[in-house]
Amino acid sequence: MTAAQKTAALTIEGLRVSIGGHDVLHGVDLTLEAGRVHGLAGESGSGKTMTGLAVLGLLPHGSRASGRIAFGGRDLLEMPARELNEVRGAKIAMVFQDPATSLHPMLTVERQLTEHMRHHLGIGRKDARERAAALLAKVRIPGPEEALKRYPHQFSGGMRQRIAIAVALACEPEVLIADEPTTALDVTVQAGILRLLRGLCDDLGLAVLLVTHDLGVMSAVADEVSVMKDGLVVETGPRGRVLREPRHPYTRSLLDALPVPPGENSP
Amino acid sequence: MTVPQTGPLLSVEDLVVEHRTPGRPVVRAVAGASLHVAAGEVVGLVGESGCGKSTLARAVCGLHGAASGRIHVGGRPVTPLGLRRRDPALTGVQMVFQDPYSSLNPRRRVGAQIADGLRTAGDTATSPADLLERVGLPRAFAGRYPHEFSGGQRQRVAIARALAARPSLLIGDEPISALDASAQAQVARLMRDLAVESGAGLLFISHDLSVVRLIADRIAVMYLGKVVETGPTAEVWADPRHPYTRALLAAIPSPDGAGVLPAELPGDVPDPADPPAGCRFHPRCPFVMDVCREKEPDFGPVACWLHAPEPSSLS
Ligand SMILES: Nc1ncnc2c1ncn2[C@@H]1O[C@H](COP(=O)(O)OP(=O)(O)OP(=O)(O)O)[C@@H](O)[C@H]1O
Ligand SMILES: Nc1ncnc2c1ncn2[C@@H]1O[C@H](COP(=O)(O)OP(=O)(O)OP(=O)(O)O)[C@@H](O)[C@H]1O
Ligand code: SF4
Ligand SMILES: [Mg+2]
Ligand SMILES: [Mg+2]
Repeated sequence: MTAAQKTAALTIEGLRVSIGGHDVLHGVDLTLEAGRVHGLAGESGSGKTMTGLAVLGLLPHGSRASGRIAFGGRDLLEMPARELNEVRGAKIAMVFQDPATSLHPMLTVERQLTEHMRHHLGIGRKDARERAAALLAKVRIPGPEEALKRYPHQFSGGMRQRIAIAVALACEPEVLIADEPTTALDVTVQAGILRLLRGLCDDLGLAVLLVTHDLGVMSAVADEVSVMKDGLVVETGPRGRVLREPRHPYTRSLLDALPVPPGENSP
Repeated sequence: MTVPQTGPLLSVEDLVVEHRTPGRPVVRAVAGASLHVAAGEVVGLVGESGCGKSTLARAVCGLHGAASGRIHVGGRPVTPLGLRRRDPALTGVQMVFQDPYSSLNPRRRVGAQIADGLRTAGDTATSPADLLERVGLPRAFAGRYPHEFSGGQRQRVAIARALAARPSLLIGDEPISALDASAQAQVARLMRDLAVESGAGLLFISHDLSVVRLIADRIAVMYLGKVVETGPTAEVWADPRHPYTRALLAAIPSPDGAGVLPAELPGDVPDPADPPAGCRFHPRCPFVMDVCREKEPDFGPVACWLHAPEPSSLS
């Protein structure tokens, strides 16, 4: 591990968000580092998705955000919409919790994958197509060449989620926000996706914010773990420490609620 | 087997369901699957992403026509061959869809949608807010629209709506995937209790094997369109017999904080439009034998030549 090259890729400081006058984030702090996976767990409705959407400037209508989201020396909350559009998709990508949000229902998988690549990477149709098929194979879609011609509704729920992951990775982003990217996947396909994400971090220095409620997934890939409750990060620390010696009562309650004692399913 | 009236609540026999798209090869998503759910029983359906679980569930609801095979709910046939039937509520089947958006109408307040279900059941004593409370949401949320919820909250609403209609068969397709660990166990138990108490059956599709283990009486493991192993949950867990079931259980990541990546299944995920000959798992199976490449192990409860019912069938 090249722990020496720890660089903050993206820093969230005191992020507050209100929707229609109702506060949903009360000052969230999170740091993502290049080459590291930062796991984010937390209660349903605690604000994990809103945190990710704020980074991308995609909060719902009627939302107000304050605080600071530092990326490449700039504050994303202050960035003009046109510039943010360029950053989004090319440098910071997101896999949405609901794959229906990531994928356009009326466009073939090929178009969704290649249009971004051609725009952001400036490559030709043929190269983009080849890269697209290779990406689909990486996310374990059977028959990638043929799959390019199909539409999202012709795939299973988990396959759509994997296609959404491929779309997010298409332009080789520096930061990936993955909101429950493996919840629609069985554990063997999940293992493949987790290995893929780990590899992108280790080899290309990708910084990942991995939102997951699955503490097994957290334990397998996260370097750091944060836990949210009621719009606040209540605990942050290295994976081993948070999962073995949780300090916050909510984190402890999550671990205590596990139906299967840790280690029991190990081969 | 038994006559329909005294048979299981749900019986699926040799079901084949195909997706046809003009100009594309036929996708045989369900390729001869059999499955039973008794009244008051919870059956967990697990398997690889894309193996046909949702397609099977939709066929049981009458949302997909069957190419062949039989589906009976309460002894009555569900889908006349090739025909679609639109109102599953009439037979007492309710489904919580994998994508909660497709369970809910985006333009109506959730309270009104839950009230529809209560009306179907002729229930005048319960209010939509009561049901929201049972699934762990504030009563006031009845006035919200689906987009005003977080992912997990929306799933709870979809469950409340399905439960309102008092189904005799409840199908949950990944119904709790967006909830945190503590809420998952709680909502899964709630679904189980409500189904079992009222004598309904529950077919619970989930990738979360620890939750399946917690609530299912029996599990059915699916691989590429077929049910490859069924058995009482505790038995399958203690002694998984099909090589695919073994790989599946071995890939559950452990929350021990050790940072160990779980094992992947070797080989490519097969394409249901072009399934391997013989045993469908053979290209990825560590125990593959000659017979596996030629003859499909078409028997239960474990569809694998290592576990053939009697040696004579090995010929
Ligand atoms: N459009 C909206 N209008 C009003 N409130 C909203 C809206 N979208 C979300 N919320 C509220 O914001 C809060 C945070 O939601 P968020 O989606 O970030 O939760 P989450 O932590 O991702 O939860 P989950 O694990 O269930 O996905 C929730 O209480 C939710 O009800
Ligand atoms: N409308 C469709 N047209 C063509 N093929 C389809 C269609 N819907 C599903 N399929 C294919 O049928 C197969 C089974 O899909 P299904 O949705 O039943 O899988 P699943 O077991 O529910 O998977 P997941 O766990 O990912 O939700 C997949 O290969 C999928 O690509
Ligand atoms: S039938 Fe043969 S190939 Fe198939 S699972 Fe059993 S041993 Fe493996
Ligand atoms: Mg969310
Ligand atoms: Mg499905």
